[in-house]
Amino acid sequence: MIELIQEFFRQLAADYPRWNFIFFYEERQFDKVAEGLWVTVQLSVFCIFFSVLVGVVGAWMQGSPSRLLRMIVQGYIQFFRNTPPLVQLLFFYFALGQFTPTHSPDGWLEVPIISNVGWAVISLSLFAGAFNVEIFRAGIEAVPESTREASDSLGFTRLQTYGYIVLPLALRICLPSLNNNLVNLVKTTTQAFAIAVPEMLYQSVTIWNDYPSAQNPMMLVLFVVYILLVGVVVMSMNRWERAMKIPGYGT
Amino acid sequence: MPDTAWTPDQPIVSLKDVHKSFGELEVLRGVSIDVMKGEVICIIGPSGSGKSTLIRCINGLNDIQSGSITVEGLEVHDPKLDKLALRRKVGMVFQQYNLFPHKTALENIMMAPLKVLKEPKEEVAARARRLLAKVRLDGKEDSYPGELSGGQQQRVAIARSLAMNPDVMLFDEVTAALDPETVKEVLVTIKELAGDGMTCILVTHEMGFAREIADHIYFTDRGVIVEHGPPATFFKEAKDPRTKEFLSQIL
Ligand SMILES: Nc1ncnc2c1ncn2[C@@H]1O[C@H](COP(=O)(O)OP(=O)(O)O)[C@@H](O)[C@H]1O
Ligand SMILES: [Mg+2]
Repeated sequence: MIELIQEFFRQLAADYPRWNFIFFYEERQFDKVAEGLWVTVQLSVFCIFFSVLVGVVGAWMQGSPSRLLRMIVQGYIQFFRNTPPLVQLLFFYFALGQFTPTHSPDGWLEVPIISNVGWAVISLSLFAGAFNVEIFRAGIEAVPESTREASDSLGFTRLQTYGYIVLPLALRICLPSLNNNLVNLVKTTTQAFAIAVPEMLYQSVTIWNDYPSAQNPMMLVLFVVYILLVGVVVMSMNRWERAMKIPGYGT
Repeated sequence: MPDTAWTPDQPIVSLKDVHKSFGELEVLRGVSIDVMKGEVICIIGPSGSGKSTLIRCINGLNDIQSGSITVEGLEVHDPKLDKLALRRKVGMVFQQYNLFPHKTALENIMMAPLKVLKEPKEEVAARARRLLAKVRLDGKEDSYPGELSGGQQQRVAIARSLAMNPDVMLFDEVTAALDPETVKEVLVTIKELAGDGMTCILVTHEMGFAREIADHIYFTDRGVIVEHGPPATFFKEAKDPRTKEFLSQIL
């Protein structure tokens, strides 16, 4: 069966030189695609997790009585929202990367503590996190002050009120905008290409640099992969939204 | 030092010459009220006269500019006050119920004892069920607030406050948002509570109810207490023209 498929694509490449699906019949190229996909999935999962964390913590800090704290969060949002993510990525990797300490796992080579993948996760999480702070804040502001007062008068601390009452309600309100931002984030992970993170786009480009005849097929693969990935994100978010629906509440 | 020295022969709630402004607007202009343990007092007066503000100052939801408020000897507006100690003593029920919409009736009642008082779950659950039965809502344990009528929600809110075992209950126009036919069920619940010896401070527009339940009635207008007395004399022998006018409009 596998041989049949390989034979088919080998023949296709011979008949139509611009449609060389090389990864279907050459194991090394297939491994590259598989690794790229795996790195992209990991990158997306870590960035989603950390950017949501940044959003939750940032939105909490924005409601803090401390003016300094609020100003720091505001400055963070302005910087990461108003500058291009690609420039941020390059800045983190090339500018900040110089100053990070190195270590030597094998005793010979000095490698930086934070790898290019690490910088990609940090940079992209902070980028998407800036939007998440704003998204969560909008959700939090939609929770009525009176609900907070009720929780206050039952003796909940500010943190408890946030964790048990405000956040769960805010999350339900802001899920659609969060959904959008996370979809954007998954797509933005392709920019890690610029600092040689071996993700999907990077691997595809190396393949078509080696085999120009594979360029069209690789582009096709890229589109399909991202449509599927984004589809998974959207579907999980929708399922989550349904699971969190409160009987008799809202629309 | 009034702090630890409170004994039941002293007022459980005591307001002395309380002044409260929102910016330029002076809402309370020297209010003094003493409430003894087990007493039920009703505060009546035209809309905007500062009744809600008054009652919210008692559990520290609003701060005050001058004067003093004590609850069981606790100085409510002492910056060093242990807020939790105050909140355990004072329960509050709001006009708009303010239940947590993402929690069932039972969870609404259980939440504060679990998270704030950190009591064991079985004990809290048993108490919550007892309280639901007390407000005649047995069978509604698993209903969400959105699935309950206004009157039912308000009774859950009362049970939720009672679950903290408060010594004083504050009610701010708790029937004002209800359909006429459900007003009664809430009033019955409050009456039973008062019958059990709970100290109650109520803001209400239900004059018949106030007359029946109150030990003492206070009439406020524009931030001062114009007149007060036990219901028997208050309704018959109101002296101040403002009181007379208000009563003639509402009765
Ligand atoms: N948070 C607030 N900020 C500014 N003004 C307020 C606030 N709360 C109440 N007020 C004003 O204080 C006055 C008294 O309000 P309130 O205590 O709610 O009266 P009542 O409950 O007797 O109707 C009103 O004029 C109201 O507009
Ligand atoms: Mg009011």
